[in-house]
Amino acid sequence: MAYNRFVGHRAAVVSVFVMSMLVIFVALSPFTARYGVNEAVQAPPNYFLSPRAIAWLGTDDIGRDLYSRLIYGVRVSLIIGIFSGLISVAIGCLIGAVAGFRGGRFDDVIMRVTDLFLAFPFLVTLLVMRNMIGGISWLKPITGELNSVRFIIVLFAIFGWMGVARIVRGQVLALKEREFIEAARAVGASRWYIVRRHLLPNSIGPIMVALTFSVVSAIISESTLAFFGYGPQAGDGATSLGILVGQAKGAVNTGFWHLALFPCLTLVVIALSINFIGDALRDATDPRLQRDS
Amino acid sequence: MRRLAWAIPTLIFVTFLVYIALRIGTDPVASYKRINPRASKAKIAQYIEVNGLDPNFVRGYFRWLGNFVTLDWPRSIKGSREVWPQLKDALANTIRLGVAASSVGIVIGLGLGVFAALRPGGRRDVAVNTAAFVGISIPPYVSAILFQLFFAVYWSRWFGSTLFPTSGVYPPGQLGFDLSLMLKHMVLPTFVVAIQIIAVYSRYMRSSLLDVLNSEYMRTARSKGISEARVLFRHGLRNALIPVVTIAALDVGAIVGGLIITENVFSYPGMGKYFLSAFGEGDFPLLMPWMVIIVASTLFFNLLADISYAWLDPRIRLD
Repeated sequence: MAYNRFVGHRAAVVSVFVMSMLVIFVALSPFTARYGVNEAVQAPPNYFLSPRAIAWLGTDDIGRDLYSRLIYGVRVSLIIGIFSGLISVAIGCLIGAVAGFRGGRFDDVIMRVTDLFLAFPFLVTLLVMRNMIGGISWLKPITGELNSVRFIIVLFAIFGWMGVARIVRGQVLALKEREFIEAARAVGASRWYIVRRHLLPNSIGPIMVALTFSVVSAIISESTLAFFGYGPQAGDGATSLGILVGQAKGAVNTGFWHLALFPCLTLVVIALSINFIGDALRDATDPRLQRDS
Repeated sequence: MRRLAWAIPTLIFVTFLVYIALRIGTDPVASYKRINPRASKAKIAQYIEVNGLDPNFVRGYFRWLGNFVTLDWPRSIKGSREVWPQLKDALANTIRLGVAASSVGIVIGLGLGVFAALRPGGRRDVAVNTAAFVGISIPPYVSAILFQLFFAVYWSRWFGSTLFPTSGVYPPGQLGFDLSLMLKHMVLPTFVVAIQIIAVYSRYMRSSLLDVLNSEYMRTARSKGISEARVLFRHGLRNALIPVVTIAALDVGAIVGGLIITENVFSYPGMGKYFLSAFGEGDFPLLMPWMVIIVASTLFFNLLADISYAWLDPRIRLD
């Protein structure tokens, strides 16, 4: 039934199609990209070309093909989005489930911290925490260099769990008074067993929704950081969606519209598709919702 | 009242965390030496002293707090300027932009939400919902770039002159106050921030109003023979606004975040530009007062959310 509801959400079906095309394109990047990530288009004046046959989406300031760079950029952004999304959901589920199930002091403290962090302007928190984590030397083995992709993933995972924990906690609070949990407790199941076998499987809907939203927020956060010059710099001209959008800022006033338009559109299309998928998942897995609208 | 009493300790605690984070993250002494490479030992010692950069974080924090409360603010590390005049200008500009954007955004957003909720499932409902979804998915810098591209660069190419300027509060060289110029400069940034607000609020308003419209007391009101418009405005909207007002107060953090990004793209001299340039240089004396203002306003609006909720909905009592 959940599947039927999901398919009934037309925008989500289109989004799934768009996203799978994108993933296939990105996964096959050695074949789909026409040039290397740092390779210049071979044409005498090759910088700032408008879209044409040798460079479908035009070239940038040093003559690199924007279409190929977009593919490589989206690859980095998707890796960041998926990995930090998965890690934050894993941490968030654990903490949210424990907080909701045990309640008490632990729950209070966790939720206070979460409220505090979620209340502040996200960019400020992100920048300050980024520098702070980068400044703690004994964390280096986990986080890697300040400009690396790994650092960004760790940073987003440190933040991402909070929203997830809040959702899972709410779900656990609602579930734990239900009869089947009571029954499990009555036959002597341990707490850990109940969380693992009853609470988490029954929260799978909201968790999936949380996963889609943390993926999209990681992708957008990466772009935001890169836009202001604090993003990953993988070296050798490697790029990410955020770096490309950041270059768009410089291209606007000179009027090279393709450099501004295409990275921005790609980012919006990705964000929109994942949001639609998440919305459809929520509708599909929410048992209270009637299929009427 | 108990919440009010808690606000001050919370403020102190959070600024202490911010202090630690900035101490570790930006390394104020190192940035001071970087910006002023020829500073004497005595100067550096004085800098450490007035900013409360004691190696012991707790002692250093209270030293800083003492100076801050007595308004004995240290000067910025770059150019040794006074902090308050800069901060004051930035704050005024940001408040102006924020108020403009929030009013535009909330009015349009609530209007669209009501418009959509009146015929749930209809064509205009779908249109508003989809538009809101697109709005949520567009980060502010993307819409800012696209606005700049269209309204400044291409508009002037097609029609000869730019429609709206894209940077600053006044054109370069302008002295003194000029309302029409100022408003013109605010149009694009206002709409960039407002897009997000419109998208979020139309969705909140729609779902909140739908909940209310399906409730029992609406049916009662209708059955008493009151006109449809009166039912909608007196009974429907008033109750639907309760959750929305609360969310509005809680959402201030998100709006400030949008403002920071937008200001930077439009080179608008507000809090966002102030923060990013100070942060880039690790300018501790500039950063701490900024942080205090942000933390205090966040706490204030959270408090306001709680209070307004209790005030609007008599069923809820604060402990």
